[in-house]
Amino acid sequence: MSTQSREHGTTRMGEGGGDGAVMPGVAGDRAASSNTLALESTCVEVHDVTVAYHRKPVLWDVDISLPARRLIAVVGPNGAGKSTLLKAILGLVPLASGEITIFGKPLKQARSLIGYVPQRETVDWDFPVDAFDVVLMGRYGRLGWVRRPGKADREIAMASLAKVGMADYATRQISHLSGGQQQRVFLARALAQDAQLYFMDEPFAGVDAATEKAIVEVLRELRSSGRTVVAVHHDLQTVPEYFDHVVLLNMRLVAAGPIESTFTKKNLQQTYGGRLTLLDEAAEAVRRGTPAEG
Amino acid sequence: MQEQLVRLLTLQDANTRTVLLGATLLGVASAVVGCFAVLRRRALVGDAVAHAALPGICIAFFVVGDRNFAAFMIGALVVGVLAAGFVSFVKAATRIKEDAAIALAIGGFFGVGIVLSRIIQNDPSGNRAGLDGFIFGKAASMVSGDAQLIAAVAIVVLMATGLLYKEFKILCFDRDFATSQGWPAMGLDLGLMALVCVCTVVGLPAVGVVLMVSLLVIPAAAARFWTHRLGTMVVLAGIFGGLSGMLGTALSATIPAPASGLSRGWPTGPLITLVAAAFFLISLVAAPRRGIVADVVRRASLRRRVARQNLLRRVYEMLEPGGDLSATWSVGDLGRVRMSGVGGVHGQIRRAVRAGLVEAGPEGFLLSPSGQAAAVRVVRTHRLWEVFLITHAHIAADHVDRDADQIEHFLPAETLAALEAKLVESGRTPLGVPSSPHATLGIGAN
Repeated sequence: MSTQSREHGTTRMGEGGGDGAVMPGVAGDRAASSNTLALESTCVEVHDVTVAYHRKPVLWDVDISLPARRLIAVVGPNGAGKSTLLKAILGLVPLASGEITIFGKPLKQARSLIGYVPQRETVDWDFPVDAFDVVLMGRYGRLGWVRRPGKADREIAMASLAKVGMADYATRQISHLSGGQQQRVFLARALAQDAQLYFMDEPFAGVDAATEKAIVEVLRELRSSGRTVVAVHHDLQTVPEYFDHVVLLNMRLVAAGPIESTFTKKNLQQTYGGRLTLLDEAAEAVRRGTPAEG
Repeated sequence: MQEQLVRLLTLQDANTRTVLLGATLLGVASAVVGCFAVLRRRALVGDAVAHAALPGICIAFFVVGDRNFAAFMIGALVVGVLAAGFVSFVKAATRIKEDAAIALAIGGFFGVGIVLSRIIQNDPSGNRAGLDGFIFGKAASMVSGDAQLIAAVAIVVLMATGLLYKEFKILCFDRDFATSQGWPAMGLDLGLMALVCVCTVVGLPAVGVVLMVSLLVIPAAAARFWTHRLGTMVVLAGIFGGLSGMLGTALSATIPAPASGLSRGWPTGPLITLVAAAFFLISLVAAPRRGIVADVVRRASLRRRVARQNLLRRVYEMLEPGGDLSATWSVGDLGRVRMSGVGGVHGQIRRAVRAGLVEAGPEGFLLSPSGQAAAVRVVRTHRLWEVFLITHAHIAADHVDRDADQIEHFLPAETLAALEAKLVESGRTPLGVPSSPHATLGIGAN
């Protein structure tokens, strides 16, 4: 399966060519940077990481190495520390112990390679900005202090909105967007970051079917262009269909690896404890074989 | 009094000119910084800082032993920052939440301040401190040197906010995302709080510790009614704040003080706050889209539209079995239907006639051609809507809390086509809707 998907990826990259996948203005840049990064086979190394909130551990001694150019699902029951793992990698919560490297570098040197889609509920959607403003924020990290976004940044923001099918909503105040549309705006903002490695916290939570489809499209396109996506995901049934690689987490790491060897009934049982009905369905989905792509 | 006000506002007197300019710039700066403080939900920390400034001023008086404006400001700033730090510490280190921590800081520091100020005023030399002016503000007691300092600080604050506009924007909207991009969120938060502290402290002589927070919050809240763009909101808040500072100060200097009591004129703080509150009230009532009036108008027109659509749908359903939409009907035929509000059936029909949807014929009413088209549209939408609720709503409930008649604009084309196909299948396609290309497309797509 993993070879299969890589081939698939290459084909797609060939097809993608100059249009669609590559944003205006930075095409050259990006090609160069993805070439050097393409040599790396691992994008994130999490080594012996423990995270605690108010002395209560949330992640315990987690050791994972995430492969590059894959769609990776982080799966586990509520309170398993999925979001915390993402936040720990992004430096949003302090590590009680352990070490994390991104493309072999410490976080500080890898910031510009990272894109982030936080949970939708974490922001105030009544904030006085429109969809375009939010997406433009994806460019801020590259601008540095005081400098304002320029024409190129605006074009990239617009292109990112178009990619998630939201070009018509650019000037819509964000509180007037549906939940799915808000999620797409967040995704567009991450695309505008033009990152190599994306972290998404429940990108499919509470979205409508059309948005779910649009997001999956974007994820596959990202993979085809050599990007890595690490997403917290709740719907066990769609894990094998949407993702190549899975991290099963329940405070401790239960298992991590390619879907077909790791997303097994036994591992899921270990992750979720006794809640079997749900798991049986998911396991059934796995048994049905390799997911159809595209 | 009018002449006096005109003389003031036309800046004929040099000292007044400086004081007014200071108050205006202060209003602008506080309002601009206040926008971000409000959006970052830190406005009340400004209140704690302001109240904590009073003991700071008193301590500064003990140290310097005289009314020294700059020393007062430094004392106020130090203790104010201490109060802000106290709030953060209590929030982080204990189970007490931020609102309670702020209340603690306000009460505790202000209490100490009042005690200290009484001690100073009981001392024969204490009168010179003019401490009462800092409680409710007294621009009249400012000398032009004070006002110049205030103006200079306000300009620096405005420049800093302007430079850090993008950084504050992303901080206030999505702190975690900002951090993930490498922005020092903690540092930016501290920077924003520092600007709030500085504004608050220099505003004290004009507005006073009790009401200073209103100059941070009210203009921002008023501006929010007029726009949904941060840039516009900041500019508008600045204008409101500036005008509040200017007009409030001018009024306090010109309104004759009551004969008894307030022998030394009106305090400035309440007047500045009242002017700001007036801007807020006007915004609350009159702002387009978000104001109360606009809301009432919108609700009324929505109610009328719903009533009109109900009428059209009722007429359509009545005529549907006969297959002739241009048939004549009477009000009696509609009688059994419950019509919601807005002037009853007769009123609604009158309105429909005025709108050209219904014509009064010799034997009753009939739908005009445009009325027929409208009825078909309403019924079609209504039925699509029903089908949608039955088949799709469990997935996309958040897509559909809009006006049903705009369903076309909110659903993806393929969903709409599928819905149409379902209507055709169940034989419920409204009359007069040509078996549309959409429907066939929909069946094909399935």
